[in-house]
Amino acid sequence: MSPASTLSRSERQIGFGLAVALALLGLVMAAGAGHGVMAVHGTMALALGMLLVFRVGGAFYDPQPDADRLNRYYDAPTRFGITMTLIWAIIGMGVGVWVAALLYWPEATPAVPWTSFGRLRPVHTTGVIFGFGGNALIATSYYVLQRTSRTRLADSISPWFVLIGFNLFCAWAVTGYVMGSTQSKEYAEPEWYADLWLVVVWVVYFTLYIRTLARRHEPHIYVANWYYMAFILVVAMLHIVNNLALPVSFGAADSFTIWAGVQDAMIQWWYGHNAVAFFLTAGFLGMLYYFLPVRSGRPIWSYRLSIVSFWGIVFFYIWVGSHHLHYTALPYWVQTLGMTFSVMLLVPSWASAGNAIATLNGAWHKVRDDATLRFMFVAAVFYGLSTFEGSFLAIRPVNSLSHYTDWTVGHVHSGTLGWVAMIIFGAVYTLVPNISGRDTMAWPRAIEWHFWLAVGGTLVYVIALWNAGITQGLMWRAYDENGALSYSFVESVRAMAPYYLLRTLGGAMFLTGAILCALNCWATYRLTPLAQTPRDRPLGLQPAE
Amino acid sequence: MSEPHGKAPQIDPVTGYGTTGHDWNGIHELNTPFPKIVIWALVLTFVYSLIAWVLLPAWPVGRDYTRGILGLDQHEMALERLQKLETGRTEWLSRFKTEYFAALQADAALMARAMPAAERLFLDNCAACHGNDATGGPGFPALNDHSWLWGGDPDVIAETLHVGINAPNDDTRWAQMPAFDWLERSEMTALAEYVSALPQGTADANAPAATLFADNCSACHGETGAGGLANGAPSLTDGAVIYGQDPDTVMQTLRHGRQGVMPAWADRLSEAEINLLAIYVADLSGNKTEPGE
Repeated sequence: MSPASTLSRSERQIGFGLAVALALLGLVMAAGAGHGVMAVHGTMALALGMLLVFRVGGAFYDPQPDADRLNRYYDAPTRFGITMTLIWAIIGMGVGVWVAALLYWPEATPAVPWTSFGRLRPVHTTGVIFGFGGNALIATSYYVLQRTSRTRLADSISPWFVLIGFNLFCAWAVTGYVMGSTQSKEYAEPEWYADLWLVVVWVVYFTLYIRTLARRHEPHIYVANWYYMAFILVVAMLHIVNNLALPVSFGAADSFTIWAGVQDAMIQWWYGHNAVAFFLTAGFLGMLYYFLPVRSGRPIWSYRLSIVSFWGIVFFYIWVGSHHLHYTALPYWVQTLGMTFSVMLLVPSWASAGNAIATLNGAWHKVRDDATLRFMFVAAVFYGLSTFEGSFLAIRPVNSLSHYTDWTVGHVHSGTLGWVAMIIFGAVYTLVPNISGRDTMAWPRAIEWHFWLAVGGTLVYVIALWNAGITQGLMWRAYDENGALSYSFVESVRAMAPYYLLRTLGGAMFLTGAILCALNCWATYRLTPLAQTPRDRPLGLQPAE
Repeated sequence: MSEPHGKAPQIDPVTGYGTTGHDWNGIHELNTPFPKIVIWALVLTFVYSLIAWVLLPAWPVGRDYTRGILGLDQHEMALERLQKLETGRTEWLSRFKTEYFAALQADAALMARAMPAAERLFLDNCAACHGNDATGGPGFPALNDHSWLWGGDPDVIAETLHVGINAPNDDTRWAQMPAFDWLERSEMTALAEYVSALPQGTADANAPAATLFADNCSACHGETGAGGLANGAPSLTDGAVIYGQDPDTVMQTLRHGRQGVMPAWADRLSEAEINLLAIYVADLSGNKTEPGE
């Protein structure tokens, strides 16, 4: 069943109109730019619009979906979102392994500009954070929102608009980088028109979330939804403020940020760290708070702790971005505030991790036997580890050793591989059989393989980069008895060789696991069509169309 | 919301706590009392922050900020630390600013202290172009041989370091290999063959190319092609190469000319560091200055 045939005839008309509008937007962009990155991106939007015109148009006279669909959860967008999650996982992690290998074999860089390290590195970060993480957040948020509200998504067009629009943004971003287009702001590299496009997508997403929540059949809003809403709302705020820029012209992918000097740096890291907080943490805590109790069959250990932690995380995180700018031109007092709030942030972070682990009390035999639940357990453990490490590294004197070293990179990967990716895989292995009306994935044993590859890869990666970073930090600050530097910089580069080889190996293990997951999901999708599972509560009485 | 919400609280057999009565698609929550340890941890980290705020610059107040009772300023602290490191070096490094090269090189104890530091200076500042082992590379001359563009004595090297070559510095050394693209192609080919044969000594002195060389090249490179330290023209006979001396590369050089750049280091390195490096680089090729100069 094609996704378009899940829409009613009037919805198909709206979808068709939106597809035509997208094609026209692409045409205007391509024609207005004439040449360069923006013209390529306009052409991409035009092609996507045309494809959608044919997909929706082709299903135009398909039979209407049965009226009973309104009494079922709308999981077709989630299914598509999970597919995109896994495609981006392979792209993002694949490029990550490739650039990691380039650090060990730099001479392997092909002599063409678009494969240079500097262009591919943001392809990796955008691919995994936005492509892999973002699609997983959107797909699971639809799933969790409907089930914890016992209602169907407020309409059938917006979920598709959000997913397709978001993936167009990601595709514009990574293709822009390889063509050399960037705002030079870390994790905010895409140019002004892509940023504006994302704002539109995000407003539709937030509206959809609120509208659906308003139709809920539960008296209270489950804590997972609070986290998802914080993710959507704060990311919108961060994205808009950090990306305020003046385009050089409306026909080119170039712009100047309106921020200058140290204010620019502060805004960038207020954005950068809260991208970690609200994109890579809040949303994924929402995921954890739904899938962990469902999979383990255990009640959340403490209702009070879950609420207090939510507000603690939301309140403390927003202050801490300045810890990225210790010992810089940023005034000392801003650094002190960033440091102290980072330390206080540890408490709600560990309270969340502890609440998750304590929830497993009474289900440890399931953790032992069920690799899917084990993914979530490991995620909670790594969440605790990396938030401790983050608060520790934010302390100024510690930062003087760790800053600019690979310790930072190791820390980020302990969070992203150990926590974010693990909870995504746990959620995917729970959700995919569920929306296929099955009890298990197509290849249950492959989950076990994936689990050990993922845990092994994460440990190899993180331990290698801890060693690398501390070695670098110590070598850079060492003076001999004559008051001269003990090591030249290039000696510290040479010392990295074994660690860079190991991190490539760790990354390759993790990537292998992700490919197994993608194949497993593909096999499960092929075996069974979209179906409701009796495990989910029936919906409340739905409003008529 | 027509249906009854939630359920009556139940007792969880594992923990003994009651549930809150909420039910979201089968998810329940325990009514566990708020753990005391979390409150204590919050108090502890808040006290830590409070102490930090009292001691350090912390909160903005209008257009000013609280200075903290330690009165710390990160710029001053950084300068102090640099100064402290500086004093550890001054004792021996300052001699490189004031004393003659020969006297410095003759002091074996000083050299034993200084040369490891010089090597790191070289690796951090020079190796990017001249190579970690000073063997140079395409476009960058080797420094570990006896072939020099401007001279290999420490004082000459120090001057080169100061002002650079073709660098944005008022006193920079200036050298240009002009393009000879106005020559006939056949003449360029012949000249390229001739020049590429110079190091082996197999160039035919009676060939027409020898006349071409005398007319066009010898003004800078000398009659025999041995180069000239006065104008920075490389020797074409000693086998050392910068861009390459095979006929194809020489053709390219003839057609387009060359004007390599060495940055001026006067603004980046101190007088003493430049002199230290000058001795180090001179030593790379065993080019010692005679004592008593």
